[in-house]
Amino acid sequence: MPSWLTDFPQLDRATLVDLRRGLDQAYRGFSREFGAEIEAFFDPLLFFLVWFERLLINAPWWVVIIGVCALVWALTRSWKLIIGVVIAFLLIGFFGMWKDTMSTMAIITVCTLVSIVLGVPIGILMARSNRVQMVVMPILDVMQTMPAFVYLIPVVMLLGIGKVPGVIAVVIYAIPPVIRLTNLGIRLVDREVLEAADAFGASPWQRLVRVQVPLAMPTIMAGVNQTIMMALAMVVIAAMIGVKGLGQPVLQSITNQYFTQGLLNGLAIVALAIVFDRVSQAYGKRMQKHHGGTVHG
Amino acid sequence: MADLKIRIEGLYKIFGPNPGAAIELVRDGVSKQEMLDAHDHVVGLKDINLDMTDQSIQVVMGLSGSGKSTLIRHINRLIEPTAGRVQVDGRDVIEMSKDELRDFRRHRASMVFQRFALMPHRTVAQNVAFGLNIQGLERGEVDARVTRWIERIGLGGYEAHYPGHLSGGMQQRVGIGRALATDADILLMDEAFSALDPLIRYDMQSALLDLQSELKKTIVFITHDLDEALRIGDSIAILRDGEMVQQGDPQSIVLNPADDYVADFVKDINRSKVIKVATIMRPPANDTEGPTVDGEMLLEDVARIMTGEGAGWARVVGGSGEVVGRVSTADVMGSMVRQANDDDTVQAAQ
Ligand SMILES: Nc1ncnc2c1ncn2[C@@H]1O[C@H](COP(=O)(O)OP(=O)(O)O)[C@@H](O)[C@H]1O
Ligand SMILES: [Mg+2]
Repeated sequence: MPSWLTDFPQLDRATLVDLRRGLDQAYRGFSREFGAEIEAFFDPLLFFLVWFERLLINAPWWVVIIGVCALVWALTRSWKLIIGVVIAFLLIGFFGMWKDTMSTMAIITVCTLVSIVLGVPIGILMARSNRVQMVVMPILDVMQTMPAFVYLIPVVMLLGIGKVPGVIAVVIYAIPPVIRLTNLGIRLVDREVLEAADAFGASPWQRLVRVQVPLAMPTIMAGVNQTIMMALAMVVIAAMIGVKGLGQPVLQSITNQYFTQGLLNGLAIVALAIVFDRVSQAYGKRMQKHHGGTVHG
Repeated sequence: MADLKIRIEGLYKIFGPNPGAAIELVRDGVSKQEMLDAHDHVVGLKDINLDMTDQSIQVVMGLSGSGKSTLIRHINRLIEPTAGRVQVDGRDVIEMSKDELRDFRRHRASMVFQRFALMPHRTVAQNVAFGLNIQGLERGEVDARVTRWIERIGLGGYEAHYPGHLSGGMQQRVGIGRALATDADILLMDEAFSALDPLIRYDMQSALLDLQSELKKTIVFITHDLDEALRIGDSIAILRDGEMVQQGDPQSIVLNPADDYVADFVKDINRSKVIKVATIMRPPANDTEGPTVDGEMLLEDVARIMTGEGAGWARVVGGSGEVVGRVSTADVMGSMVRQANDDDTVQAAQ
């Protein structure tokens, strides 16, 4: 019997090692060469994140609560939600997790904004072209299934440990829903309404901003909601590469077996998740109120 | 005589993978069914020629699938023809550049849709404003025009409602308001009233005729309903399987159907609402006693006058009041009912 039938015909060890080494070295060379430029590129993001985090931490706690409540009211007009928000924040502060919670809120907000700013245009491009959709879809699948640790490695190799690599890692993990649902929402827009827009002489841009995006908005918001939830789920992993916030005490608790500390911080993450989730959902519903039931005979 | 507004010449539309080659087959006389079965192409329109008069209502009628929607969409080029020309005021729409076409759609031709096609995220007022927003008008001007049109279409007080909360008839009023607000001189209406209940439909027809008497647009009105066609149309064109089978004024269609397809359409029609008395009158006689009626009057109205006065005869006068003919009650009644050889008259009698 030939040997390739009994043993899997694999690359020999030396070649494999060479391959790995070659790739790693090439990437290291790349990051030595361009690391500084790439870091500089992300400076505005870092600057904004730091500024926003300081703002949340330095503002008196009651100002923050009032601010959040004002935002919730503007988005949802729901008293129940506001009461829930106040209770959640008071408990968080009472148990000494205020500062970490502010850091986490800052990074989640920034990651969500980045995801929307990048994801919505990508979703729009996908909806406009089947070819783009065919290319992007598998990439999104990989992004969502690849273990986060794997893409943390090149990010950290390139940018070191800190906030920016944290944001990048979170965005990679959390951006697919915005992209997918923007694409879906725009593809689902009623053909007849689009024809009407054309018949009235709308340019492609007018058609996009006056018809497609507004009509896709409830679906896009559902994507934003999922993105926020996924970003929150990444808080602990992001903490491993130096992102401050509720993730760090959780990590600490794992290594030191502090059950209560872990639980409390975990609950704070859950509370934030519930608040973000309810607010973005209620906002989506409020937008959807007029959509849908168009045909009454 | 009014002027020519829209001229459609030699218009063909073939749907399928290779319309350019398929059109030669169609020109050689291959039938629609054969094109579909043997060549995988749908003949949407075949050699359509139609002239539409300025400031009048041109109805295009035909059964479902006969190509009505395809035809009307060539006038604002929502559909590109396989061959042929569509001229509006002497300008070929098919030759227009992208920008010219956009301008044409913004300012010259607006459209009303069968299923309204309103923007569900916009209020009534915002929907009526849609075309004006697309034109890029200033806000003040938009608001002024929208207010005026909302009053005109009878939706005052509903400005802030969303279309999803309105009845079908009201939604289509919004659709009409949206189309009229752009001040386009051509109005394309694709089965605009077909989705409405009969009573509402009748009201909408009245409203349209009322608007038209004042606005004098050139209206292309698609319908599959002959009653509607006869009531609304100054001129009617009938499509069958993508081909034009007859065109003319309502009366000529009812009196002289070109083939069985058209005859089938007109067989149940109330002829007294279509036929004008001048069409059936006899030569004048000096000794005719009885009421005087206008030659343009419909038989229905003549019959009402004659029976009201118990007259056996009526004198028919022309536009300047001169006597041009006479009719007897029997003439009027006889013309109202269908020809004796009509087979379902016999069935009805049994
Ligand atoms: N995009 C298309 N692709 C293929 N066939 C089409 C398309 N649009 C219309 N048709 C066909 O063309 C014919 C005329 O359609 P249409 O103009 O919608 O008819 P109507 O409005 O009179 O009901 C039908 O046989 C229809 O199936
Ligand atoms: Mg149709």
